[in-house]
Amino acid sequence: MTQLALVIDLNVCVGCHACVTSCKEWNTSGLSGPLSDFNAYGKDPTGTFFNRVQTFEVGVYPNTETVHFPKSCLHCEEPPCVPVCPTGASYKRAEDGIVLVDYDKCIGCKYCSWACPYGARELDENQKVMKKCTLCVDRIYDMNLPERERRPACVLSCPASARLFGDIHDPESEVSRAIREQGGFELMPEWGTKPANHYLPRRKMRLHLHEDELVRADNPLKKEEYMPKPDINEPTLDDVMPW
Amino acid sequence: MHPAFSVIFLTVLLGFGQGTFLALATAEIYAYFDLLPMPPQSYFNAAGAFVALAFLTGGLFASFFHLGRPERAWRTATKWRTSWLSREVIALPAFMGAVFLYLLVHFFEWNPVIIERIGAPPVTLSLVIVAIGTVLAFVLFVCTAMIYASLKFLQEWHTPLTVINYILIGGASGFLFTAVLASIVQPDLTYFFGGLSALLLVLATGTRIASLIRNLRLRPKSTLQTAIGVHHRQIAQKTQGAMGGSFNTREFFHGKSPLFLKSARWGFLVTAFLVPFALTIVAIAIERPEPLFLAVAIQAAGLLVERWFFFAEANHPQNIYYQSIA
Ligand code: SF4
Ligand code: SF4
Repeated sequence: MTQLALVIDLNVCVGCHACVTSCKEWNTSGLSGPLSDFNAYGKDPTGTFFNRVQTFEVGVYPNTETVHFPKSCLHCEEPPCVPVCPTGASYKRAEDGIVLVDYDKCIGCKYCSWACPYGARELDENQKVMKKCTLCVDRIYDMNLPERERRPACVLSCPASARLFGDIHDPESEVSRAIREQGGFELMPEWGTKPANHYLPRRKMRLHLHEDELVRADNPLKKEEYMPKPDINEPTLDDVMPW
Repeated sequence: MHPAFSVIFLTVLLGFGQGTFLALATAEIYAYFDLLPMPPQSYFNAAGAFVALAFLTGGLFASFFHLGRPERAWRTATKWRTSWLSREVIALPAFMGAVFLYLLVHFFEWNPVIIERIGAPPVTLSLVIVAIGTVLAFVLFVCTAMIYASLKFLQEWHTPLTVINYILIGGASGFLFTAVLASIVQPDLTYFFGGLSALLLVLATGTRIASLIRNLRLRPKSTLQTAIGVHHRQIAQKTQGAMGGSFNTREFFHGKSPLFLKSARWGFLVTAFLVPFALTIVAIAIERPEPLFLAVAIQAAGLLVERWFFFAEANHPQNIYYQSIA
């Protein structure tokens, strides 16, 4: 069974919101109608988004780290939002595990949004139906697009390549490997929703520079001090040789 | 959660309707076993059923305001296998149908004997409807309450107390209302219903306070640490991805101060439970119905506050992601 999902690397995300805007752009002009905005250029603008990037500060100043945290529907493998839907508008596709809302069936009762612990669903106040990330279901299978572009808009747009996309049930996929080898984790594992989307943790990046890495030594013998060490201002072999 | 007025009215009105029908049913069963000095008369039952039906219709009407797309409401009956909301949507018209039949039977005073038994009073059509209606009333109570109680991350709701409270509070309010109705239509039943409503109210107060205490002692299972998977004790949100608010900031916060919440809690304990109870006791003691009228009015207002608080008190884990705007 396939379970498509995103793997988001929190160590890489720079919080640029490119995924937010490209998601909005693709999905507001897509098959399912606009993602309505209100007061878009006025005071208190608000609207429907599938994807948001939040920022958290970890630690106490001055020893803090900034964590940018993209949040969208996690396409849970045990989605609590699906069984509660009284109309069957919310469903999980058997073939690829994407959780979708049928906008023609949804009555806008909001019950599913109550049943999602992540706040991943947003009601479109204009269309009065529930909306959420579709994993760009209308583009990942589009044979008119070059293969490279058959990926969610957010993944394509991320300038830092913090977002991976693939089948987490295929152990050899890029996403499975990333989860396995880089400590991929789930959000709020305590509820047993088994989110398909995973996150990769922050990692400590320390660069260890040794003094001899700063000084260029043409001749290892000089470095090992079998021959006199050259003066630091002396031209090196690279400087004098035309090669 | 953000308490929606449609849902507050829906649940309170349904409670009134179910409670009223259960009161009528109780009187009818008492009468069957000859425990009442004077059995409820048809015109009284018809009046009661009419009022119950009016409450239920009001509740149904209110529920439509909760839907973004009410014209598609018929679809809600399709997923009863998994969704308590869908089950409620089926149970409500079924129960209303039973109440309507009950109304017809007593309005036209056409109450044929269904089962003749030797040595026992005959079982009439009305009694059969009472039996079916009672089951449906409880089914509806369970469905309504389970809509909330089944959501496990809304820890304040995820307890059997939610179901018990819906039943007892709805029952108490309906019995009290029926007592007032009886004082107008068939006064000899007034204190029978009054007494039972006081009893139910005592039970309801106990279980409601139990749920309040439970909820005050709850520890949220989800924390900022599990929400973003960073295990550090000091995490502060700096942005939530939108400056002007979103569905997430509107739907899941009550938007009132802790003081307001606290006053609402004490307010409904006094108005929905304490005062109506005291007034009912006074009415029974002095054998005058006037305090009951006052009790019903105060309790109705108090129950709206109770339901408001029920929603406001529930703390949705998604709020963890929406602590700070920018
Ligand atoms: S993240 Fe929320 S909306 Fe998405 S599948 Fe999980 S529970 Fe449903
Ligand atoms: S808002 Fe729509 S998708 Fe969500 S539970 Fe209601 S009908 Fe289903």
